[in-house]
Parts: sequence; structure tokens; C-alpha cells
Amino acid sequence: MAKKTVVETTINGETVEFLCEPRESLLEVLRDELELTGSKEGCLTGDCGACTVVVDGRPTCSCLVLAVEANGKKIDTIEGLARPEGLHVLQQKFLEHAALQCGICTPGVLMSAKALLDRTPNPTEAEIRYALAGNLCRCTGYDKIVRAVVDAAKTLSSARAA
Amino acid sequence: MAAKPFKVIGTRPIRHDGVDKVTGRAKYGADYSLPDMLHGKMLRSPHAHARIKSIKCDKALALPGVKAVITSADLPDLPDKMEMAGEAPVNLAHLSQNLLARNKVLYDGHAIAAVAATSAHIAEEAVRLIEVEYEVLPPVMTVEDAMKTGATILNPKLRNKEEGDKETNVASHIQFKRGEVEDGFKAADYVVEREFKTAMVHQGYLEPHNALAVYNADGKSTIWTSTQGSFAVRALAAAVCGIPETTLKVVPAEIGGGFGGKLTVYLDPIALALSKKTGKPVKMIMSRADVLKATGPTSGSTIRCKMGCTKDGKITAAQVWMAYEAGAYPGSPVGAGAMVIIAPYDIPHMIIDAYDVLVNRPKTAAYRAPGATNAAMASETVINELAEKCGIDQIEFRLLNAAKEGTAQTAGPPFKKIGYVECLEALKNSPHYKSKLEGPNRGRGVAGGFWFNVGMNSSAVVNVNGDGTASLVIGSVDVGGTRAAQAMVAAEVLGIKAEDVRPSVGDTESIGYTDMTGGSRTAVTTGAAVFAAAEDAVKQLKERAAKLLEKKPEEIAYEDGSFYAASDPSKKLTFKEVVAKFARTGGPVSGQASVNLRAVGPSFAATLIDVEVDPDTGKVKVLRATCAQDVGKALHPSYVEGQMQGGTAQGIGWALNEEYVYDDRGNLRNFGLLDYRMPTCLDLPEIETILVEVPAPGHPIGSRGVGEVNIVPPPAAVANAIANAVGVRMNVLPMSPPRLLKAIINKRSGSDTQIAAAGR
Amino acid sequence: MHAINYESPSTLDQAVKFMAAHGEKARAMSGGSDLIIQMRAAVRRPEYVVDLKKIPELRQISFSVQHGLKLGAAVPAIEIHENADMRKYYPGLTEAAHLIGSLQIQSRASVGGNLCNGSPAADTIPALIAVGAKCRVLGPKGERIVAAEDFCTGPGRTVLAPDEILVEFQIPGPAPHSSDAYQRFIPRNEMDIAVVGVGASITLDLGEDRCTAARIGLGAVGPTPIFAKEASAALVGKKLDAGTIEKAAQAAIAASSPIDDMRGTAEFRRHLVGVLTRRVVTLAAERARMATSR
Repeated sequence: MAKKTVVETTINGETVEFLCEPRESLLEVLRDELELTGSKEGCLTGDCGACTVVVDGRPTCSCLVLAVEANGKKIDTIEGLARPEGLHVLQQKFLEHAALQCGICTPGVLMSAKALLDRTPNPTEAEIRYALAGNLCRCTGYDKIVRAVVDAAKTLSSARAA
Repeated sequence: MAAKPFKVIGTRPIRHDGVDKVTGRAKYGADYSLPDMLHGKMLRSPHAHARIKSIKCDKALALPGVKAVITSADLPDLPDKMEMAGEAPVNLAHLSQNLLARNKVLYDGHAIAAVAATSAHIAEEAVRLIEVEYEVLPPVMTVEDAMKTGATILNPKLRNKEEGDKETNVASHIQFKRGEVEDGFKAADYVVEREFKTAMVHQGYLEPHNALAVYNADGKSTIWTSTQGSFAVRALAAAVCGIPETTLKVVPAEIGGGFGGKLTVYLDPIALALSKKTGKPVKMIMSRADVLKATGPTSGSTIRCKMGCTKDGKITAAQVWMAYEAGAYPGSPVGAGAMVIIAPYDIPHMIIDAYDVLVNRPKTAAYRAPGATNAAMASETVINELAEKCGIDQIEFRLLNAAKEGTAQTAGPPFKKIGYVECLEALKNSPHYKSKLEGPNRGRGVAGGFWFNVGMNSSAVVNVNGDGTASLVIGSVDVGGTRAAQAMVAAEVLGIKAEDVRPSVGDTESIGYTDMTGGSRTAVTTGAAVFAAAEDAVKQLKERAAKLLEKKPEEIAYEDGSFYAASDPSKKLTFKEVVAKFARTGGPVSGQASVNLRAVGPSFAATLIDVEVDPDTGKVKVLRATCAQDVGKALHPSYVEGQMQGGTAQGIGWALNEEYVYDDRGNLRNFGLLDYRMPTCLDLPEIETILVEVPAPGHPIGSRGVGEVNIVPPPAAVANAIANAVGVRMNVLPMSPPRLLKAIINKRSGSDTQIAAAGR
Repeated sequence: MHAINYESPSTLDQAVKFMAAHGEKARAMSGGSDLIIQMRAAVRRPEYVVDLKKIPELRQISFSVQHGLKLGAAVPAIEIHENADMRKYYPGLTEAAHLIGSLQIQSRASVGGNLCNGSPAADTIPALIAVGAKCRVLGPKGERIVAAEDFCTGPGRTVLAPDEILVEFQIPGPAPHSSDAYQRFIPRNEMDIAVVGVGASITLDLGEDRCTAARIGLGAVGPTPIFAKEASAALVGKKLDAGTIEKAAQAAIAASSPIDDMRGTAEFRRHLVGVLTRRVVTLAAERARMATSR
């Protein structure tokens, strides 16, 4: 059996080192080794998006990344979205719009939404729905999620303009 | 009930657990860990029907890191006994054998053994090393195959009342009757008779089942689990493991969706048994494949529905034959389906025959208004056919026949005040219905739905804090935002802000008995318990205010946040002033209530859906959807809207793409979320909601259950919309592109448009 | 999952040496979106996983109008979609990559991985066939070129020997007034494996108003993706009117041999081959007409 490897990576802006077996996924290491349980396991086949994190700026299913691949990469998880000063606008809008019910898909949806708004600050509803197509939600029917993202985009835009 | 308008109920505060959920801090079942924890994995049958001849675990046990392997031999052999759990009685022998097969496996994925090891990877590898010898038997996959003469029998001990001592796969036959159907059909000018086949579908919660169990040396145990009912887990897990129920504490974690599928137990007793055997905590998480293969989906069904009406549009008779797949053990929701199928309508003559049928599929579990959606697909599309024959608009036809206060129910007393008419009127007056739908291959469909909701038992405790806030402990697990709504009820009665109530969900040792979160009961029954507990607190505070005002408690009124004596209203004390002095006036104030509601307000819904069909591919695009539902009195409108949108979305998935696909050996082909196709964000439009409020009589707030009925109309509404779009009437679910295309092609070539269901 | 060893060579040389040393026991990985799932399901159990993503030749997109396109086998689909040249000159191949899955999958999945996985339903293969892609394969014995339509030999099987890797795709430069298109049928709007996929590349002589070159690729309708030769030939030298396109559609149906499975029946798939061929040929022709001289 392969020995464990040391992996050095950046997670939510902090340098992090961990030990892992090659067969462990990034999701497993985040949750079990680093106790960052905000990213969730839903299917382990990349079909639900509950494990979505952002790797080098790109939304990625962490269940389909081997933890060893994270070496030298920049990873953002849900735990890094809020700042000490307060919630991110997206998180605030999700609460205001009641865009979550059981909440299990919410971390993954927020990470996909953030990645979208970072690249496309003024997305159309169609663009939002496409960007979130990889994040299944069984509770909400997506309606309030889309409204929340639209509102967040508007708020972030006017903040930028100000 | 308060005649004044509500101050808190009906507003939209931020939910109390919201920040935890949007930051990833909320702890769901799989997020719990304990030191020295082992990981458990299951071995499951690859055969749909087989006898187990032997199980050899020695190779698995020899793998380094493996600490224990268990089979049904490690669990008590429970008698065939019924026990109340969830919304229905449970046979403990069947439950236990479903969790670990004894002698026979009855479906692809039926659990046979469980391994505990130092890592999940090792446990998985060990499972592969367990050797099982099977005698494979022929699988029985459809109700037709199960009911025919000479069918292979799943359980030789099963009997039903009608067939006496004959071996059978039919667990029960229920019949409801009113009047004389033959007379009813004679009085009809138009009669429509159709046969429907609906495929088995899964609740599709995103969070797989999980359990973390510790069996301590003193015989006390604890389970952390994502469940809809911690008291149900306590009862069932204790029974399966053969331990006294109250030596087990169940702590409900946050739950990632249930929809009825997390009312029973799968992993909890197994994790507990492994913990008992190893002396260490054991954590288990189910794989998605196992969730689909081995946890309860809802029944596929065959339904024959015949209805007749006069040319003026009055329904005169209904005759239904319905057979639902129970799965490997009895207990499909066919009884509920039978009770609701024609309930929205005033029909003088009817007969409904309902059959609960065993097949080699997983044991079915509740799924949001269990049994009702299958039924509505049949009745609500036949109704549209009748409406079309009469030349009457689809909403008008329903209004002509709608059940009202005093209309007979299928089972039970006549309806009290209900809101079906109001829902239909609301839909008729909606911007959606008033808008024109133009363009080729586009159609608009309506369907109605009914669900009776349940009451059952709930407990609540309200502790008033010295600073004027209050904590609220309830037993109802929060699946979709109910703790916020319950906090609002407490706040309303206490006369404080919703933000000043801190709600939490207790475990089985910290709160009084509370039945599961399901059956659309939380807002209503737990709401009633919270209301009563808060009133109990207010009553005590009136006594304190009386002391401070030097009056008698009976003289004290509490209004607009102030206590005062009716005889001397100028002297007022605010809520904060009274509670600040609790130490001097008699100690902490704590209100408590346990309620059992029998009669609760049922719910009606009516859904309007516009579709566009691609006639070259059979693909359906849902253009617009509006759900009107009678909610009684919405506690937190945003979350009520959320329930309506969620149920509508699940109904659309059920209508268009979701189904279990088995091959001819009885193996499930689509055991992943790639091929078990649930709607994505890109597959749905905005879902509009109309909250109709016809208060439920006899409830302090007038609330009705809101969680379930919204899933009932969508498949029929989509089918009716498709019929209006391209002129084909679908009689199968799902109305997937290959099936719809075939129907369209058949119509073009003039053949029968009622296609047989593709092999299930 | 079984225990694995992980290697990530940074040069082609290292990669080839490694594959030569371990052969059957090793499996190359690009995005991992097929391999990791297969390893979890115990469908593949390699002892060594060789991550090719650090090798520069596999990560490049290098294009010029004269020399055409060199597309590294491990370029993630999302980078293809973001590349302006890819979108302008090979819109069909680009949209195939964009359809490979959700955005999360596109961050990882590559065209090379899609091809090497050998699924007859892979989205990018019909598009690769349509643009006449050639695959540069490298092994310890040297290099060889394989046409995209010859790469897959059966469901999950390719011409790659255990010690070979796919380095890049070589795609001819776009002729004037040529373009491509790819469409697939799925029951939802995203996230599904193609029930049928059709890619087409069309070159037009605007003066003569006729098609001078055409290639049609079909996916998910046979044990491997298919180069529909007769369907393609039916378009060449002709004016692309409804009648000609219909002939190509019928020839494409004839070239397909779909099966019944949980994603569709054979009958449904044959019908869709016709529908999609018509749509994709029309779209590619429209794009070809609009393509300005280069």
C-alpha cells in the first residue's frame, strides 16, 4: 500500500499542509482530515455538486479530485466565503430570499454562484441557471435561489459603481 | 383565536439557523465524528430474488483494519409484530430483515452483512472479500407478474383476508364504496375509462443516510443521525437491536432532505450493533447507489380509472382499480392513494379497489403525500378528458364538481371548511391563467390535488429569559425552516419579536415525545404545542404581574406587550419589566405543552402548467408553472412558498424523467444521479405560488399542513398540458421523450395514442 | 477504493518511461472525471495512476489559420470554451466540449480523456471526427497518428496499448467558408449522457453555392462513435437544399446501429439521428456561409 504523502496547498487564503493516501479525494481530506465539513457528499460521481469548491478560480467537484492533486493549488471552500466583518452578499441574499430549505446543497450552490459572479458580474437569468445546472437542489425548485443570485449581482454591481 | 391581526405570524424574518447553513457550519449527520471511531460499510445482494445458502466472512475479518462483521445472526429474530412508527404501523420482523436479510434476499441491493473497520476504504475493500453463496430465484418485477396465477411467491408466509390460506404476493385489498356505480354510469352522458402505469420514483434527497452510534459499556447508547423523527429512530433501532428503548438516546442532526424517506431506519441499528460488537463508535454513510437501490422509493403502480359525467359537466360515477408496488415487504401507500384519488370532487357513486402488492424491488417508503401523486395522474387526466367532451374549460369543470364543506370524504366524516374552490378560483384569476399562450406545440394544463395531513403528538417547552428573550425547545426535526416558523408562533403569543426567540430541536432525552416531521404536521401540531406552551408561560407571567401590580391573577390582561389590570389600565408593566423580576416573584418561568391533534385541516392544491413540446424529439419544456394551495394561515410565507415550489419541482421531475429502470434479471440499471434524472436549475422555470388562506377550523392559528399536497397535481397538469399542446394523451409516467415521441408518431399515423408503458 | 500509487510526470519522456515500466498496472489520468468514478466502483483497479496534467504538450492550445490546431489531450473543456480561436474556428468542437457536463465537470474533463475513455456516447468524439482530427499517440516504441474515427474499438476500448499515451489532437486549419456544429439529444437540459450526438463539418463554395467537403460523426448509436461516410459523401458536390440534407440524414440513420438501453430505445435513437443530422448540417452550413475569409 502506498505511503501517505504530504500535500501543501492554500485553503481559503491560508497555507495548509496535510497527509493523505493517494486514493483519498479532496472532499474526504477537507471533511475528515481538515474538519472543514461545509462541503458535502451527495453522490461521489460528480452529478450533484454538493461538494463544489473553487480550485484555482474554477468551480470543481471535490469528490472527483484526488487530494494529492491539490498540491500547489489555491482552494476556496464555503468556510472562506464569509469575512470576519460579516457574511458575503450572496449569503445574505440567500437568507433574505429564503433560498434554502434543508440547506445541504447551499454550500455548493454558493460556491458555484460566487465563481459565476467573479467572472460574470451581471449574468442573465439564463446564465445563472446554466452556471447552477451542476448543483442539484431537491427542496426549493431553484426559484428563490435564482432570485437571490440576481439580487446579489445587482447589489455587488451597485457597490462597485459607488 | 385572536380576532386581531397577527404581529409576527405572516411576516418573513430571517431563519434562526440561517447563518449556520449558509456558512457551512451547520452539522448534518455525516459531519459528526468521535475519537477512536470506526467506519461501517454494507454488503448488498446482487440478485433480485435468491436464497442465501452461506456467508463466509473469514477473508474479510483477516484484512488488517477490520474489527467486526455482522449479519442477521447478530440481531434478534423479531416476531411478526406491528408497531406504530412514522405515519403507519411497522412489522418489526420485516423491518429487521430489510436491514439485514435473513435466509432470503428480495431485491437488488438487499443488505446481507456489515463491516466495521478503521477506515471507510478498508471497510469497502473488506466487503468485497465476504463470500456469499446464493440460490438464485426468478424475479417478480411488476404488479401484473406478481398478481397472476402461478406467480413466483416472495414470502410463503404472507396471507391476505380474501385469499384465505393461499400463498400470495397480494398483502392486502382495501375497498371504498358509496352508492351504486352502475346506476351512476347509467346516468352519465360521457364515460372515459383509461389504464395508467406509473414508474417507481425516489424522494431524491441530496443527503445520503448516515448514522454515528455509540454503545457504551453501561448499556446506554447514543445515535446521531439525520432523521425526520428521532423518537421513531429510538423505537425502531432499539427494537431491531433488542435493547430497551429508553437506554438509547437519539440526537437528530440537521437533515439534508427527507420527504418521507427518512422516517424509518436503515443504518442506525446496524451502526449500533457494530458499536456493541467492537466497543467503539461506528459511523456509517450510505453511498448514493445504495440509497437508490436499498432505501424506500415510492410505488410504481397500475391504475384503471373510469369516470362518467352528464353533458352539463356533473360527475356521476367513478370506478378505480389500483395496484401499487409495495416492494419486498408489505406497506405501499395504496390505501392513502385510494382515500385521496377522487376526494376533491363531490361524486355520488363510487367504488375503489386498492391492492398492496409485493415485488422484488426495495421496500417502499413514504414520499410526500404518499400514494396521492400516482392516483392524481389517473383521475385528473380522466377529468380533463370528460371536460373536453363536455366542451367545458378545465378549471370550470373542476369548480362544477369541487368538494366543499359538507361533501362526503372517501373515508371519514364529511369535510369541514376547506379551500379547493378558493384554490381553483385563485388559479382562474391568476396572471398566469389570464395570459395568452401562443405558438405551435404549446399547451396549458390544470390539475387538482388533495392530502389529508395528520395530527399526532408534539411537545414544546418555552423558557423565558430574564432579558425578555425566550428559548423554545421542540421535538420536531427541522427539514425546511420550521424552527423559524415555530419561533414565530412563540413570539406571537409572548408578544415579543421573532428574533428574540431562540428555537432549538431537542433530542429524545431533552424534549417530550414528538412524532416525526412528516404528514404536513409540523406547522399545525407542533405549532399548536408551541402556542399552548407559550400561553402557559404567559399565564405564569400574568401571575407574576399580578404580584407586582398587587392585583389578582384573574384580573390581569396581556395586550400589545403590556400587562395590566382591567380595573386599573393606566398602571402597565411591559413584558421585559415583568420577566426582569422573575427571581423575586417566584423563580424562572417555563411553559410546557404536549398535544395530540386528531382532526386537522386537510389541504387542497391546484396547479397550472404551460409546456412546449418538441414534436421531433418528444422533449417537453416547462414554460410556466403556478401552484395555488390552501395553507390555512401561513406562518412564514417565504417558507410556505418554498414548500409549494419544491413540491411542484419534484412533481415535474416525476412527470418527465424520473423512473427506476430494472433489467430482466431484476437489477437496477440507473443507480446514480446521472441516470436517475432529477430536474436541474436549467430544467425549470420560475414557479409562481398563490397562498390561499381558508383558516382550518379548531386550530388556534388556523394553519393547515403545507408540505405535501403540492406534489400531487403536477404530473397530471403536465399530461393535460401535453394533450393540449400536441393532442396526445399520455397514460404513463414518466412522459419521457421516447414515450412521448412514440405517441406523437402514432397519432400522426393514426394508430392508438394510448401507448403501452415501455417495460418497467 | 483499492490502494493506489500516484505519479505526476512533468515531461513526455518521464510519462512514457513510466507507462513502459508498468504497462497494464498503470492508467493515465487527465481530469479524472471518468477514472475516479470507475475506481470507486471497482470497474478499473490500476495500481498506478499517472496524472498527465503537468506535461506542457498536453495542456496547450496552439492555433494558426495556416497550420491549424494542436489541442493538448489534457486541456480542460472549460479552457477550450474560453479560447476565442476555438469558438471562432471550431464552434462545433467547442460546443461539444462545453456540453461535456456541468461547469464543475468542465473544469476538469478533457477532450483527450473523453476519447480515451472510449464511451460510444462521448460528446466530443463525433465533433472530433467531423473536423478530421488526428490523434498523436506516443509510446516507448515511438509515435503514431490515429484518425479520431479509428481510435475507439468497442465500448470502453481504444487502440491505445497499455504503454501508450495520447498527447494531442492535430486538426487541419479551417478552409474558407467552412465551419462545424455539434448537437446532442438529452432528456434534461444539462448533466445527461448523450442519447444521440451528431457532429458535422461543412465546407462551401459560395460562388457555386455547393458543398465541397463534409464530414459527419455520430455518437451513442453504435459500439464506437461512427464516421458516417456515405452520409458525408451525399452532401459533397451538391447544393445543400432540404432534399440533399434529407438524403444525408437517411444515410446517417443507415450507418447507425443503436441499441435499447436505459437512456433510449434503438427506434428512438434512429429517429433522432435523422433529426439531429438535419439540424446539425443546416447549422454548420449556416456558420460556413457566415465564416468570413481568413
